[in-house]
Parts: sequence; C-alpha cells; structure tokens
Amino acid sequence: MAHYHQFDALVVGAGGAGLMAALYASKSVKTAVISKLYPTRSHTGAAQGGISAALGNVEKDKWEWHAYDTIKGGDFLCDQDSVDILCKDAIDAVIDLEHMGLPFDRTPEGKISQRRFGGHTNNETKQAVQRACHAADRTGHMILQTLYQNCIKNKVQFFDEFQMVDIIIENNKCNGIVALELSTGEIHVFHSKATMLATGGFGKMWKITSNAHSLTGDAPAIMLRRNLPLEDMEFYQFHPTGVYRMGILLSEAARGEGAVFLNDKGERFMERYMPTLKDLAPRDICSRCIYQEVQAGRGINGKDYVYLDFRPEHINKWFAADGNPKRVDAHYLETRLPDIIEFARVYLGVDPITEPVPIQPTAHYAMGGIPTNNDAQVLADERGSLVEGLYAAGEVACVSVHGANRLGTNSLVDLVVFGKRGGIAMADYAKGASLRPINKDAVYKDAEGDLAAIRNSAGTERPAAIRKELQTMMDEKVGVYRTGQGLREALSVIKGLQARFRNLKIDDRGVKWNTDLTEAWELGCLLDLAEVTAAAALWREESRGGHYREDFPNRDDSKFLQHSFAWMSNDIQIKTKPVRITRHQPVERKY
Amino acid sequence: MKLHLKIKRFNPEKDKKPWWGEYDIEVEPGDRVLDALHEVKWNIDGTLALRRSCAHGVCGSDAMRINGRNRLACKCLVKDEIKNGQITIEPILGMRVIKDMIVDMEPFFAHYRSIMPFLVNDTPLPANGRERLQSPVDRERFDDSTKCILCACCTTSCPSFWARGEYIGPAAIVQAHRFIFDSRDQAAQERLEILSDVDGVWRCRTAFNCTDACPRDIKVTKTIGEVKEALRTGVIQ
Repeated sequence: MAHYHQFDALVVGAGGAGLMAALYASKSVKTAVISKLYPTRSHTGAAQGGISAALGNVEKDKWEWHAYDTIKGGDFLCDQDSVDILCKDAIDAVIDLEHMGLPFDRTPEGKISQRRFGGHTNNETKQAVQRACHAADRTGHMILQTLYQNCIKNKVQFFDEFQMVDIIIENNKCNGIVALELSTGEIHVFHSKATMLATGGFGKMWKITSNAHSLTGDAPAIMLRRNLPLEDMEFYQFHPTGVYRMGILLSEAARGEGAVFLNDKGERFMERYMPTLKDLAPRDICSRCIYQEVQAGRGINGKDYVYLDFRPEHINKWFAADGNPKRVDAHYLETRLPDIIEFARVYLGVDPITEPVPIQPTAHYAMGGIPTNNDAQVLADERGSLVEGLYAAGEVACVSVHGANRLGTNSLVDLVVFGKRGGIAMADYAKGASLRPINKDAVYKDAEGDLAAIRNSAGTERPAAIRKELQTMMDEKVGVYRTGQGLREALSVIKGLQARFRNLKIDDRGVKWNTDLTEAWELGCLLDLAEVTAAAALWREESRGGHYREDFPNRDDSKFLQHSFAWMSNDIQIKTKPVRITRHQPVERKY
Repeated sequence: MKLHLKIKRFNPEKDKKPWWGEYDIEVEPGDRVLDALHEVKWNIDGTLALRRSCAHGVCGSDAMRINGRNRLACKCLVKDEIKNGQITIEPILGMRVIKDMIVDMEPFFAHYRSIMPFLVNDTPLPANGRERLQSPVDRERFDDSTKCILCACCTTSCPSFWARGEYIGPAAIVQAHRFIFDSRDQAAQERLEILSDVDGVWRCRTAFNCTDACPRDIKVTKTIGEVKEALRTGVIQ
C-alpha cells in the first residue's frame, strides 16, 4: 500500500523556480518539495553567464529597454504584459538574491557587477548594454546554492530522490501528485491543496544538447496524458555555442566579454549577417548563421562546426575594430569565464587562451511548455480556464515571456520572478481552500500499474536503442532548420518508436533504485513530447524566432501571431490563442 | 578503442556481499568515464545503478572511486584514466552502499546542514532598497569555497573520515568557510564554535587527499587551514 502525505502546498522540482516558490509558500503554509534529484543537482546549477536586471550599475539602463529587447528577441510572440512583470520585477528579484547571500561579482564601488549579453541593448544607441548580473560563469550555481541555503534556513521540508509519476487531477482540479521513492521503490501519494510543477526542460529528446540526463519533461508529459494542453511547443532554442559533438554549453558570456565566431577562412562572419550587434545577436539568429556558413562549405575543414575565438589578443583586435576602448588579458578571462575555459580544456583538450574552440549549436531551452497566467496558475485551455490548485514555473512553464526565442539570462529571471509569484499565489490559495477528497487506492493502483507494466515488460526493445534513434532523428529533422516533409517523416518515425516502446525489454526487475525502470519511464515522456513538438512545428507554416521552416522562410503575422495550444489524443490537436500586445507592435527583427 | 571496465557491484535485493563485474566495451578515447558506464548500463546490464545528471562536472551526482581515486565520472576521460586497457570503478568510501555506485548521502548532507550553511545578517537592509555593498577584495576572499558542488569527493577521500564517520569532513568545513569569510555574514563565531567540536576541524590531519579529489579545484586543505587559524587566533582575515 502507498505511503500517504498531506500538505497545503507541494512543489515538484528543486531548481530555481521550485526553490523560490517553496521559500515564499513556506512562509505561511505547510509546504514540501519533491525532487527526483538532490536539490543541488538541479540543472539551474549549470546556468552560467548571468541574470539580467536593469540595475544600471555600470551604465544607463531601464527596465522598459529590457522589456523591449525581450519582446523583440522573442520575435513578437511574447505576451507583453507578462514581459513587463518579468523585467520590472527582475530588479527586486536580483536585489532579493543578494540579500539572501548570493555572492555576485562586484564593481569597484562594491555594487553588483554587470556585463553584456546577446540581444540586450541600449534602446537609444542600439548597442549592447551591460545588464547581466553575474558570479563568474557560474551564476546559476550560485542561485541554486543560495536558494537551497535559504530553504535550509527556513526549514523547508524536502523529499529528495522522489520521482513524480502522476498528477492527481479531477474535473480540472489538482489534488496533488503520486511519486516513486527511488531508494525503496515504494509509492507515495502526496495530497495537497496547491501543487506547483517546476521540473525544468526536456532537451534530452535531442542528441546534441546542453541538457542534463534528467531533463526528460516528466511534468508536461503527464499533463498531456491528463488531456491538458501544452503551449508553443514548436519553439525550442538551439544555443549557438555547444562543445563540438558533446553539446556542453559554453556561455554567451564569452561573447559578452568579447569573443567572436570564426569560419574556416578566419572570417568574423556575424559582421555580414547582423552588422550592428554582430556576435551578440540573439541565439536563434547566431545558430542559423552557423548552419549557413557550414552549408556554404565554410565550416572548419569543411565540417559541421565553426570556431568560438576568445584568445585575448584577438578579442582586443576586435574591440579596437569596433571602437571599444576595453582591453582584456588572459588573467581577466580566467577570472570572468573560469568554468567554460576549463570545459574546453577538459572535454576538447583545447586551451581557449591560445586556440579557437570548436563549437556547434546545441539543443538548450524550451520556450514552450505548460501554459500559465501571470501568477503561475496553469491554464486548462486557450480561452484561459484554470486548472484549480495547479501552478507551473520556470522552464517547464510557458507564461509566455520568451515568445519564439528566449534572450540569454532571461531563464534565470523567469525562475526567480515567476517562482516567487507562484509561491505567493499558492499560499494565498491554500489558506482559503480545503483538501478535496481523493481516492487514494485508485491513484496508487494507477501509478503502480504503469510502473509494473514497464518493470515486468517482456518484449525485445531496449530503451537505450529507442532513445538513441529518437535523439538522432530529432537532430536531423526537428532541429534549427525544418521542412514540412522532414517534420512529417519525424512524426512517422516517432509513431514507430512509440509502438516499439510498447514492446520493451528491461533488465532490472528489482524495486530499490531501479534506474532501468525510471529511465524507460522517462523515455516514454520524451517520445510523447517529441510528437507534440514535431506536430506543432508542422502546423506553424512560418518562420519565427527559434522555429525556422525552409518551406516558409518568412514570419507571417497575418496567420501566426498566435500561440499554439496542443492536446494529445489519438493525434495531436492544435488550437490558437492571440498574443497579448500592449505597447510594441510587431516590426521586422533586425540587429 | 577497447576498454575493460571492472565495476564493484552490489544489489541489496540479490547479493550477500559485493562482487566485481567485468565488461569489455568499445569506446572513443575522448569519451567520459560516465559514457563508458552508460555503455554498460544501456547495452549490457541495465541493473547497473549510478547517480548522474549534468554530465559535465557541475551537478556533483556521479562521484565515485576511479582507479582508486575519487573523481566525477563525467569529468574524467577514458584516455586519461585507462591503464593496461582497464579502468576500475568503485563506490566512494565511508558511506553505506545502497546499490552499486549509489551510497547513502544523508549523513553527508546532515554534516552540511549542521554548520549553518546560509548567510546570517540581521542588520537593516540598505535604505535605498539596493544591494549590500561588498568590495571586490572582500568578495574574492571566499571565492574558492563558493565553487563547492557538494559531490562528497573530498570528504570520502579523507582518512580521518574513513576512521570516524562522525567527523564533519572537508566539504562541510569548506561550506562553513564560504560564510565565515564573507564580509556580509555575522555568524562566524557560532560556526567556529561548531567546528571546534571534538568531531570538527581538528580531526583534519592535513593528508591533502581532499585537495587532490576536488573536481572543482578548490584548495580544500588550505581552506581547512584558514578555519583552523581563525579558531586558533580568534581573528578572521
């Protein structure tokens, strides 16, 4: 029989959004955090370059500029009222983190230091602005550590290494979740008034990815099975600078500090494509430019990669050419970018101080996800109906503040701003609500049945083989460039893989720490999310932000200035929701 | 290239005692040891159990003994570790083994929680609503210890910890150092009190295993030395 727990507020996932929500909810209601990893293992800790806020600590800046940059960066698909909240609240959120103890790097006056990042500009001069607050190139690590430290200080209750396997939803009301305790293999029913999903992304459907092995989209996949929609799933960000063949992220902060892309001819090719912002153009654009260089035969040695060059004497040469008086040396770069310099040395055997670094675009961030309103409440449909008692924040959610392409640093802003709003909203709701009755036996049996089906599977297909085929195919057909034909082929491959998934073979029949079982279960999530991603990408017959259709190369505001809402039944059903536009009418996106 | 992996296995549901699993696999020289372990898990024996997440040395999940030394499996490459065609993998020492590479981390995190791992500052926040100021020099003072990812490589390489599991261990001392030497913090004395306990910092015998083991290149032994010095002199500088 299952273990049973009751809480006012439940948070699933212990990255930045989940911990922020837990900190704020636990101030006034009985709160627990459930995470399949120890909290400090969450992938927020892998975020590198910075968290933007218009503090104006080193030069003039305004939150309204941050908002416009975010909207333009998102190719005008962002909901503009939500973006205003993001960028205005970013300032207090960063100050809040500092007060909690976050060790930001400092200016000579002792203020929080800020640096340049892709797509963040002074709206008057159109030049890059120093907006990203940072702690070396481990800003996410510091955020994760600081939030976890404060959760310990405030005695937040944790269920570490508990993996959610179902969400209890009846008549559009959420009553908690069901989780597998990994160390014992036992099922726990968590009954709650308010529940937040903060499980992060699902980048493991691609082969070349910056994402952790654990990023398998468990929450959004369960939402699909519960007949609830996901928003804007066709928009997935490919970060231009992944370590060649491995996908490990090399922060955009490298280019913020002056690094540039080079092709096989040693040419700084971004000057040709984006003459004003050049190498600090947003990520979707840089990734496409890299592919165009490769297509034109100007990849390094004719292959499918280019160089990221941050040799100090080269950076100084480019600074001089741009009329920027700043100069750097090896010591400065080792201080500002220590981790990514080490990644290049460890994984590529390349020293970025003396050699250019081979890079290629890497699957990085989901702009789409579980639809929410500005208080992180989950939407049940495109008309704005709510799933009562259910919240989502962070990468798993789609507010939408990132639109069709997220700007660098805005993921961390999103976590703290909407994690906090969600935490407060959950507590407010829980204070006025009572636990709705649930059928403990039924939810337990459902979850146990799903897991037993995998544990006792007697087929012939190894999950690893299916996963590998999925990832390779997604890189080819649902990557930076897409075509209608490629996407139709992708859907047919996914259908085939889903069929093979029903004929599984796993080795581990045990109950304790059965990661053979949990990895297979996660693969099922990835397959469903891949199907929705490909179907939404096929539906959107235009090119916008991170979604580029070779057969529809232009943005089409007349038909597609709309969010997509996708449901999974036998096939994928897609409906639309208008974009909320306040101050900024869509214009052509140039940098 | 060919690789012979020798892995110390233990499944509590089947095995009375640990045994050595031996696997011959094909790998690329530049593969991570974690990739090699996945090759075994995904294609030979799915029952192999290990923790892993980020796969590039920042989350701290996959600490293990690789050829007798504590390493993150995702941060060392096959070509650097292979000796005579072989790599030997064991769980980290001094913790209860739950299954294969998975050990009980709870005592480790209990030690971490015991040193008040959070900023304590009860003075009023700046009236202008902005950040507390800190000079770059003051920020630099505790930079090294902010890099800790709580992977337990240091603590489980320490002979003093092997001898006595109650010893608070290098990782908890590094975490204490991160706050003791932060100019914004006010609870240094309380933390030093905790660390002067019989199972505190004085159990360190300066073996330097921790510094060798740290995948983040934290000078762990030096950090511990600075805490000892603060305790000895009563001066934090």
